Amino acid sequence: MSFTEILFYVFSAVLVVSALGVITARNPVYSALWLVFAFFNSAIIWMLLEAEFLAIILILVYVGAVMVLFLFVVMMLDIKVEELRAGFTRYAWLGLPIALLVIGEIGSVVWVKSQDDKALGLSSVASPAAYAADYSNTKALGQLLYTEYLYPLQLAASILLIAIVAAIVLTMRKRSGQKVQDIGAQISVKAKDRVRIVKVAAVQPETGNTVEGQS
Amino acid sequence: MISLHNVLMLSGVLFSLSVAGIFLNRKNVILLLMCIELMLLAVNFNFVAFSRQLGDLHGQIFVFFILTVAAAESAIGLAILVVLFRQRKSINVEQLDTMKG
Repeated sequence: MSFTEILFYVFSAVLVVSALGVITARNPVYSALWLVFAFFNSAIIWMLLEAEFLAIILILVYVGAVMVLFLFVVMMLDIKVEELRAGFTRYAWLGLPIALLVIGEIGSVVWVKSQDDKALGLSSVASPAAYAADYSNTKALGQLLYTEYLYPLQLAASILLIAIVAAIVLTMRKRSGQKVQDIGAQISVKAKDRVRIVKVAAVQPETGNTVEGQS
Repeated sequence: MISLHNVLMLSGVLFSLSVAGIFLNRKNVILLLMCIELMLLAVNFNFVAFSRQLGDLHGQIFVFFILTVAAAESAIGLAILVVLFRQRKSINVEQLDTMKG
């Protein structure tokens, strides 16, 4: 067993434990933090699988943006945890066997068959050799992304733009008593609506007493 | 080096754990969204593993686009959640019965 494999097993175990933490934590804040931990471990495993760019992207985008958004929302909303936790294990009899069934099925395809028949099994597939030390995953991905996948990239960018606009439009609300400009009313105003010129007959002061009376 | 079936098994375990999480936390919309994120992570593991096994970078490009769409999805989902909480003062799925579904 090589050092890379040992690292893989250690981080996989931590990843599975943190996934268990996500689904069983009592408080949604703890769930979000466990999910952050799971993303960190996944990024490390992706690094071991020589997908360095995606590992960095996973930490920057997921931990840095999406999970912070999750934490913001969890902390902003006043959630009654006890009410949401009520009946937590009510469907555990259904959920846990289904989970075990999925694990068993995938395991039977991936693992058991590979033990039975070495010629057909997945474990007989040799792992590819590691890339050379001067191989740049980011450069190779970039060359593919900006040539062959240029239009899908633009589409992804516009999906993100639409998501930004949709999130802002959904959460924007009109508050009462807010002072805002009415641009149309401002433009269509005429001078005679604002200024009224009135001719007033001048009043002559009778004597100089008024100035003294005011002081 | 890491063999393919180990990574596939890990991603299968992650995926089924998130399926179990959807069963367990079926009342809490935030937890449901987090379980969906975990599912997408498990799927991405498969893409990365096969991309490395076959020496084909197209799988990693797919992961890139999945990450983009998942980020957009969670942003819109959380915005809907905030609006929902403003209206109903609750994020309990069982109380979302306005449409009699």
